[in-house]
Amino acid sequence: MEQYEPERLTPPQAAALRRSLRGGRAALTRRSLLRAATGGALAAGGLGTLAACGIPAAGKSQGGTSAEDHSATEKVVDFSNWTEYLDVDDSGKHHPTLETFRERTGITVHYTEDINDNNEFFGKIKPQLAAGQDTGRDLIVLTDWLAARMIRLGWVQKLDASHLPHAYTNLSAQFRDPDWDPGRAYSYPWQGISTVIAFNKKALDGIEVRSVSDLLDNPKLKGRVGFLSEMRDSVGMTLLDMGKDPARFTDDDYDAAIARLQKAVDKGQIRRFTGNDYTSDLSKGDFAACIAWAGDVVQLKSDNPHIDFVIPDSGYVTSTDNLCVPNKARHKTNAERLIDFYYEPAQAAALAAYINYVTPVDGVKPYLAKIDQDAADNPLIVPDQAMQAKSHAFRSLSQKEETAYEGKFAKLTGA
Amino acid sequence: MSTLTEAPPPLSPEAPGEKPPRRRGRFTPYWLLLPGMLWLIVFFALPMVYQASTSVQQGSLEQGYKVTWHFATYWDALDAYWPQFLRSVCYAAAATVLCLLLGYPLAYLIAFRAGRWRNLIMVLVIAPFFTSFLIRTLAWKTILADNGPVVHVLNTLHVLDLTGWLGWTAGDRVLATPLAVVCGLTYNFLPFMILPLYTSLERIDGRLHEAAGDLYARPWTTFRKVTFPLSMPGVVSGTLLTFIPAAGDYVNAELLGSTDTRMIGNVIQTQFLRVLDYPTAAALSFILMAAILAMVTLYIRRSGTEDLV
Repeated sequence: MEQYEPERLTPPQAAALRRSLRGGRAALTRRSLLRAATGGALAAGGLGTLAACGIPAAGKSQGGTSAEDHSATEKVVDFSNWTEYLDVDDSGKHHPTLETFRERTGITVHYTEDINDNNEFFGKIKPQLAAGQDTGRDLIVLTDWLAARMIRLGWVQKLDASHLPHAYTNLSAQFRDPDWDPGRAYSYPWQGISTVIAFNKKALDGIEVRSVSDLLDNPKLKGRVGFLSEMRDSVGMTLLDMGKDPARFTDDDYDAAIARLQKAVDKGQIRRFTGNDYTSDLSKGDFAACIAWAGDVVQLKSDNPHIDFVIPDSGYVTSTDNLCVPNKARHKTNAERLIDFYYEPAQAAALAAYINYVTPVDGVKPYLAKIDQDAADNPLIVPDQAMQAKSHAFRSLSQKEETAYEGKFAKLTGA
Repeated sequence: MSTLTEAPPPLSPEAPGEKPPRRRGRFTPYWLLLPGMLWLIVFFALPMVYQASTSVQQGSLEQGYKVTWHFATYWDALDAYWPQFLRSVCYAAAATVLCLLLGYPLAYLIAFRAGRWRNLIMVLVIAPFFTSFLIRTLAWKTILADNGPVVHVLNTLHVLDLTGWLGWTAGDRVLATPLAVVCGLTYNFLPFMILPLYTSLERIDGRLHEAAGDLYARPWTTFRKVTFPLSMPGVVSGTLLTFIPAAGDYVNAELLGSTDTRMIGNVIQTQFLRVLDYPTAAALSFILMAAILAMVTLYIRRSGTEDLV
């Protein structure tokens, strides 16, 4: 998932001004530039041949490597999360649930919203983890496939179940046994994400959209359909539409789904593959319908009455964002206590009332109803039986499969 | 510097062995160079070496990567992604030409006609830089929205029929087409064209225009024979400053484009972050660098100008 928050909340990410202008009369001449260019090329070539540095293999230690736990002496926990993914008070400065946690445990949470994209965040923490160093973070939030990759690489630590009584008891059955972390030894869900079909009633102008097939085949929607650049969501929804289960599919099924999407791309049916920026396309009506994340749809719906969603009869893809403790974290026990804290139904309700994603905690409904009755009745936040029955997780991929599948999907999206 | 390094004749016989204090200045230029050199080594040379090495490695995240001198990566990358390369060059060239056509009159106006408004207009040219590149590009999505006034006017005037026939747009929309990407590139890099043009034009002696007039040259001839040749350094540096970053840009293609407008920058980003094929990404970066270097070299040789600003 790229960014979770709806567009109106997105803080402007200052894209750095990459080049400074060189003005004035400095004697940059053609000759000097040519000379410099040749020199640079030669130097690069020469040094390139010298380079013999490889990248070492990722640590193989299943179970991760722990550092000395400073939890008892340092009453802090460094928590890295996605933007707009925690309750916040009206001043925008305080997080009520974190304050409650501090009052109760005396542990101060250093909360940073520095995750914007799984791929980017992986690129950011990879060098430290590969070198076996502390990332400076005790708790991070990763979407399923990245959490699976981190477990595979041995870069996250096994959690101590004795510190997680609430989490163990209250974790919703739907999320208990992902194939990449059976029984949740390494991770606990922060929030669940449902991938659904969203549409703009005004832009649809009476055209009915009920399934992924409608998106891919209805000629009236040509050039006004959006898919997600997140491979598992786009391909997963297509697989379901083709009667395959994203939890159990073969290479051939995958190729068939890609071929089906490719046909729609070639026809010009699919306008773009987007990250979180689909929200603006949808509310402006540039997308008449698209694959969307339910948490965004709840938010968009409250701002724009034309936006609505549909769950295809064939089902929908569910994933979770997971709390993990990276290797060498200094405050593992504190991090576990924070995880457990958010599995108390009252705290989970306070969180769910604010961020509108699927809560992974059982027994939240009565607490949530006290705060916000609408949210408690919304199946996108507290899934009912029918909703849970239709949910499908995308199976975990081996490293080889991951590279091959992402490669094919990249080709589909134009690069 | 030679005057500094030459020892002055001894003024007094009392201290024949003592070095004159001014000799200490001998290494000053090198000390002053040091921060810049260090900066270049750490943030330019080393990453280049690292990337060059990555491009000839093979392996995976779990097994690690080893240098195997697998140069075939370059060929495979070029073979798979030449359409994106070609597209990047075409889009960047189109944007550069558009920037020149839009930027030259404006720079001319600022340099010769603006009078006391000159500073104000310069500020207006630079003002967009006060907001982020991303925000400015996203603003174009609002401007060019399917139901927006711009697209409506273009449709009414049947301009989109023409551009659609040329393959620049698709259907009744501008967004998610090549036209939108080129417009975005043009907009984002226009100041890089205007500023060097302005510095070149501003330096032209006004008396040359008078002299041309005295020799019965009409305004157009004056421009063709005097002003434009004298502004060539600005044209060359402006086109370079526009073309080079535009060819490697990926933000415009990502936000304003579609699957068939992806540029080489998008491919590199996808390979690096999503597919995790680091060697291919590194090889593509080097091919892009080499291609730009070759094109720029050729261009500067042909342009026949000695000064670049």
